[in-house]
Amino acid sequence: MENLSAQPHPDAPLLRPIESPARSFYLIVGILLAIILYTGIVYLRQILFGLGVTGMAQPVTWGFYIINFVFFIGISHAGTLISAILRLSKAEWRRPITRMAEVITAIVLAIGGLHPIIDLGRPDRMLHLFYNGRLQSPLLWDVTSITAYFTASTVYLYIPLIPDIAILRDRGVKPRWLYEFLSWGWQGTERQHKVLERAMNILMVIVIPIAVSVHTIISYIFAMTVQPGWHSTIFGPYFVVGAIFSGIAAILVLMIVFRKIFRLEGYLKHIHFNYLSILLLIMSLIWFYFTFSEYLTGYYGHEPNEMRVFWYKFTGDFAPYFWTMVSCNFFLPVLLLCNRKTRTIPGILIASISVIIGMWLERLIIVVPSLANPRLPYPTGIYIPTHTEWMLFIGGISVFVLGYMIFARFFPVISIWEIEEGRKESAKIVTERISSYMPDIEPSSPGGR
Amino acid sequence: MKWGMVIDLQKCTGCGECVAACKRENNVAIVEPKESAMGRTMLWMDMLTIYEGEYPRLRVRQIPRPCMHCDHPPCAKVCPVRATYINEEGIVAQIYPQCIGCRYCMAACPYTVKSFNWYKPEWSPGIRNTANPDVSVRPVGVVEKCTFCVHRRQKAKEQAKSEARELREDEYQPACAEGCPTGAIVFGDLENSRHRVNHLAHSPRATRLLEDLGTEPKVVYLKEGD
Repeated sequence: MENLSAQPHPDAPLLRPIESPARSFYLIVGILLAIILYTGIVYLRQILFGLGVTGMAQPVTWGFYIINFVFFIGISHAGTLISAILRLSKAEWRRPITRMAEVITAIVLAIGGLHPIIDLGRPDRMLHLFYNGRLQSPLLWDVTSITAYFTASTVYLYIPLIPDIAILRDRGVKPRWLYEFLSWGWQGTERQHKVLERAMNILMVIVIPIAVSVHTIISYIFAMTVQPGWHSTIFGPYFVVGAIFSGIAAILVLMIVFRKIFRLEGYLKHIHFNYLSILLLIMSLIWFYFTFSEYLTGYYGHEPNEMRVFWYKFTGDFAPYFWTMVSCNFFLPVLLLCNRKTRTIPGILIASISVIIGMWLERLIIVVPSLANPRLPYPTGIYIPTHTEWMLFIGGISVFVLGYMIFARFFPVISIWEIEEGRKESAKIVTERISSYMPDIEPSSPGGR
Repeated sequence: MKWGMVIDLQKCTGCGECVAACKRENNVAIVEPKESAMGRTMLWMDMLTIYEGEYPRLRVRQIPRPCMHCDHPPCAKVCPVRATYINEEGIVAQIYPQCIGCRYCMAACPYTVKSFNWYKPEWSPGIRNTANPDVSVRPVGVVEKCTFCVHRRQKAKEQAKSEARELREDEYQPACAEGCPTGAIVFGDLENSRHRVNHLAHSPRATRLLEDLGTEPKVVYLKEGD
């Protein structure tokens, strides 16, 4: 087949980064690889010497690794869940967003899922989970649900990607073998479209309950113990809300970044940001509602051990983090997003970054204070993460950026065929749909009253 | 059979012999002072200091704290690999070669009795020579805790079996009970009416730590009288 790359394509801005990548791509990849390599060495050191190289001790036996685990898995909720809900509710404006969201899920889930292994004192015995696993332990539920979510969300990312891969294959984009292999002989026949649609419909229905279960179960790790500050019935929904909240913020940041770098102003319009940021605003209010309920119940119950954790967060050692979290997750985003004048792209970017920071702090505030205040009078110190833990955090973020960059280098970040489909059919389908739920006009009968 | 311990706080002087005896008996690693300051001291038997009231009515109390060997152990409930479990004689045991080091049990234990091997345990040559050959040394990266000196039960049981008789009360005593100079720590079978613990555990002075959590500890404290 002759090279068709030269032919103009209606969605050329989406193909440009793949067909003629910028030079700075390799530079950034190089820097990221260097960071990741260094992180690998740091982790190797932890394997050789033991978890002593971290800042964890007794009683704060869980630190950055578990915090980042919860944080990363939380971010992963954005993607697939939002994309599935938007697809399911036939929101037409979803078209340029779904792919970006799904990629976040796949990459972040892979990173987050590795964190419990990083946290293990004996990663070499990890397989004990499979041949000695106790299904009564919430940790096993987690292994199960995260594996299910990872499988479902990667398939859910891949299936709608096939027609786009075929577009790249037909245009002769290099490396040809990659697109040849991954397009699975897609020809765009009617039957193929039908199968694709059926597969997507099944997947998006399956993915929603799995996504909800994943973060619920992560909260169960904490809620199933009797520790003050953890043993709470609202932890499941509270975590799910927080996860979707941080996830939407992550999508918004990525959308703004890609709009800028790939010059996608024509695709990611103000309305997309407007709708998503209103969703972010709603999640912020729901997050506050949950946080408020959680702490108010704790306060009125006034159980002494619960109160020690409560004051530790409100006025004690963790007060700076706690109040920063409340400002980052509630006051700042609400102020910025409530006002149409500040609900601009820079305003949304600030609000989203603030939410991501705030949600990380929330994970910190959930994990550490409960452990730092044991019921019996032990001498306790303050948990200070070491260089190793910071590096693994930075390394995790680098892997995410690298993964996303590599994806964007080889595949379109906005679904081309879905955009085309939208151009061709949306208007007609939407008009038909609207007219289908408009009340029928009473047939005028001349003899009637 | 349900092994349990009674600690009479009236008799306890807070001398710390139980802590030292436990450390020697079970080859519990001695960490560097820097590590210890971080909170990585390993003590299967700890001596808690409780301050009650305010000056001038301040009262300082010392409480020896082994593992509570709960009947409903929160740690065993959450272990993903059955590395900690409650055995048929009521002892909450640890299987070191099975532990993956996730430290979930440490996070779940309301008494915070578990220790983790943050580094490979090391002993100075002098101490190494006095190590107890009956107790296995734990590798890096696993959780450990008080076992009621379960190795002593093993020994005593085999001895009794070879002599074709029942286990006697004084045959199986953990190191802390054996070492206590004032006899404050009494150990035995809580279900055997001939054992002293059975009698003492029903004393009106008997109390358990964090009783309201429903963990049913098998370590009973006898409150101080006036």
